[in-house]
Amino acid sequence: MAAFPEMKTLTVDVHNWLTFPQLIHLYSVGQMAPGPNMMMIVPIGLWTGGVLGAIVVVLAFFGPTAVLTFIVGRLWNKLEKWPWRQSIQQGLAPVSIGLLLAGCFTMAKGAIFGLETATIAVVVLLLLLNYKINPALLILAGAVIGILSFSA
Amino acid sequence: MNSDLPRGANIGVSQSEVSIGQIFLEFLIIGATSFGGVVPYLRGSLVTKRHWIDDKEFVEMLSISQSLPGLNATNMAILVGEKLRGALGAVVAILGICLPGALIMYVVGMFYRSHGDHVWITAALKGVAAAAVGLVLSTVVGLSKKSLTGNFDFVFMALTVIAVNRLHQSVPRTLIAVGLLAILFHRPRKPQKESVAS
Repeated sequence: MAAFPEMKTLTVDVHNWLTFPQLIHLYSVGQMAPGPNMMMIVPIGLWTGGVLGAIVVVLAFFGPTAVLTFIVGRLWNKLEKWPWRQSIQQGLAPVSIGLLLAGCFTMAKGAIFGLETATIAVVVLLLLLNYKINPALLILAGAVIGILSFSA
Repeated sequence: MNSDLPRGANIGVSQSEVSIGQIFLEFLIIGATSFGGVVPYLRGSLVTKRHWIDDKEFVEMLSISQSLPGLNATNMAILVGEKLRGALGAVVAILGICLPGALIMYVVGMFYRSHGDHVWITAALKGVAAAAVGLVLSTVVGLSKKSLTGNFDFVFMALTVIAVNRLHQSVPRTLIAVGLLAILFHRPRKPQKESVAS
């Protein structure tokens, strides 16, 4: 998501591969699709360069960071005996969970705006805390309720 | 302990007998079903269902993922895949998690070139976003129970949320600022009664 402004600048303004409304639409549909958010880049690659374009965008977008993460992961493993490694792990744990929570609040600012959305969020939370349900089912139920409640 | 270590595996990290196929399949499933956010599903699959890692390791890898550029989803795939079966594990993991979404968006790309915003998509998204809030909250609760060291950690959690949501600091800055405090709080202590030499 942090990549979005840069993506807009490059794909819409500089290269004219698609229009801004198209980009936003792709982003919305990409949100609905499962998996990593940024699969919205696939249509951009497809429209610009066919099947090869689609493959290239995925490799280009995910490749470099994948390699970096891999290297850091290996380095991290090598540091297993380092006393500060446990300190870093214990110290970052609350920060990481805090980041998840912060992201959730940011999402909630836009996502929770009335009785229906508040109810959906609370019900999903309670169900997941107390029962073993596949979350995907609840999300899809949310989509259905959304269609029922918000299609003007 | 396995005597047959896969080539490229990490010595000192607990070895697993998870096959490449299993890694690919599990991440494929995650990639195909993770609606509303990926992290909760990663935890559900890798920790709760498969026990390939525990919650402490999960948060550890999440921390690394958040500290590096790239999506948490794919970073986690690389780290878990690597831990289970080295470089090949990492490759099939990231492939698995990306494939379903990529294929779906490919089909979308084929049919939606000049399509306007569909009212239903926008409406559905509102419901999805609301449900996703509940989902992430439940994950936060679960992780907090399992992956924190002591009650004081909630202070650092709160500081993080304040930094990002109230003070509008960026993720990297918050990680460094609050992270440093928290790491210092958890600094290595002089061993007083070390029972096991690791």
